[in-house]
Amino acid sequence: MTGVLLPLTVAVPLLAAAMLATVGTARFPRRAVLVVVLAGLLASNASLVGAVRGGRVIEHDVGSWPGGIAITFAVDLFSALMLVLTALVTLSCVAVAVATEVGRNRYFPSLVLVLYAGVCGALLTADLFNLFVFVEVMLAPSYVLISVFGGRSRIAAGRLYVVVNLLASTVLLAGIAAVYGLVGTVNLGDLAGAARSPAVALAAGIVLVAFLVKAAAFPVYGWLPNTYSATSPVVAALFSGLHTKVGVYAIYRIYALLYDGEPRYLALLVTIATITMAVGVLGAVGEHTAGTILTFNMVSGIGYVLLGVALFGPVGTSAGMFYLAHHMVVMASLLLATGAVLATYGSQHLDQLGGVARREPLLGVTFIGAAFSLAGVPPFSGFVAKFAVIRAAVIEGQYIAAVTALVVGFVALASVLKIWRNVFWGRMAREEGERKRSMPLAEMPRVRRALVLPPLLLTLLSLAMGVGGEPLLAMTERAATGLVDTQRYVAEVAGR
Amino acid sequence: MTVAIGIGILVAGGVYLLLQRGLVRVTFGFVLLGHAANLLFLSAGGTRLREAAIVGTADPALMADPLPQAFVLTAIVITFGVTVYLFALAASRHGGDDDTERLP
Repeated sequence: MTGVLLPLTVAVPLLAAAMLATVGTARFPRRAVLVVVLAGLLASNASLVGAVRGGRVIEHDVGSWPGGIAITFAVDLFSALMLVLTALVTLSCVAVAVATEVGRNRYFPSLVLVLYAGVCGALLTADLFNLFVFVEVMLAPSYVLISVFGGRSRIAAGRLYVVVNLLASTVLLAGIAAVYGLVGTVNLGDLAGAARSPAVALAAGIVLVAFLVKAAAFPVYGWLPNTYSATSPVVAALFSGLHTKVGVYAIYRIYALLYDGEPRYLALLVTIATITMAVGVLGAVGEHTAGTILTFNMVSGIGYVLLGVALFGPVGTSAGMFYLAHHMVVMASLLLATGAVLATYGSQHLDQLGGVARREPLLGVTFIGAAFSLAGVPPFSGFVAKFAVIRAAVIEGQYIAAVTALVVGFVALASVLKIWRNVFWGRMAREEGERKRSMPLAEMPRVRRALVLPPLLLTLLSLAMGVGGEPLLAMTERAATGLVDTQRYVAEVAGR
Repeated sequence: MTVAIGIGILVAGGVYLLLQRGLVRVTFGFVLLGHAANLLFLSAGGTRLREAAIVGTADPALMADPLPQAFVLTAIVITFGVTVYLFALAASRHGGDDDTERLP
């Protein structure tokens, strides 16, 4: 019965998006429909986690076509966990967006629903070509979101974003064509272990390169800080929770299935992950606006998550999955918190702000909590996540990666404390070097509750994941076992 | 061989246009690259099989593989949609012209 839920997870948001885009009246409660649909999807995704907790794999052939022809959807614990997390992040970002002018745009609800439908499809599909289609479904509304909302440079950012992602998609398509030419199928179950032959490994490598671009790994991370920081913080938070994470998910899935965890290529992945961690955080230290500091930290986090799959095995992938969950929650919280500052005070430039924590204690607590979590300070989820990744690296004997992961944590703390010191700490009106303000301090607007609550809840979730991390850690361990031991997934999905 | 040379020429032209500054040229680059990827997909189905893949019209052993054709059809639709969007971005008022260098 639950099998029918899988295509519905994609179909319902798509249909809702189409309806919201075509309904004529301006007064139609689009934002309410958006929130209700997303909340419903969150509930149904949570029920999927309940259904696959024991290691079961639910599979559904769309339209009941015979295996090998049908488009196959499949969900295991890893995809189910990702579905819940993406729904949670999307809902939090939408909760902020509908309270600001971003959500007042008539097409915003439709765009977000199509975006989320694409994400769900990409996480659920068990077919390489279908994965490409859903990645495109996810990207199409993003092209619009990035160049409609945000600052002055958003059109330039939009151009860069479209060009990079379209190029990566073309490479992805060529890679899938090569895989199909060699193996004659695109079903992930039938492709299992195919990349043990060097020719298929090369073809699937083209696919992996395309996803590494989309995940913003070194050396192709440069597009991310340049585009995300130019768009609206809400949209950046939404993208940070969905886009790069789908790329990372695809890398995990393809490496586990096609390569069957082939140890020959892991050293290359470890190198990429380690350099990504270091380069991201070094970029963050040199920046001067809250948005760019955070987007560079996003790149650094991708390095940690990739290190999980690079240390292939139940321990490594489990640590990577936990870090993925932690990173999605914390990054969204940080971006939404600084976004609230930008929406209220009209700037996120470090020189122009100060003393926000005194005026807005709740926002200050939200930000510093998430910042400590990002850096890996106990008792937040970042500590558990970093500890798990470093432990996995030491077990696998990758000492350079372990030391880098440790050091990067401290530098990340320094970079976010820069935001804390300049934006939240100190006094609002500085005597020296003060910019012109059009109104006295007392009349400055306060940050609205609706903007503070979603990031605050995400920070509290991060705290809960740190203090009571045991159940989630146990779950990612089981998800990692299901990912690494592909037998059950292949038995369900394979068409031949 | 002909297909391989064709794909090579398309990729070379596409990459050359991608490296230009004007967004319209970049878009044409993507059109060429998209065609290259589509041809690659069609050749992945086997170039020797030429009969139409319709049951009862030919010997099944000579029929072309219909799956890559369906894939390519999907890919063409997606590329077309994004191409139109890229042209819209190139013509957007905020940019002034399609030169990516002088954007704010």
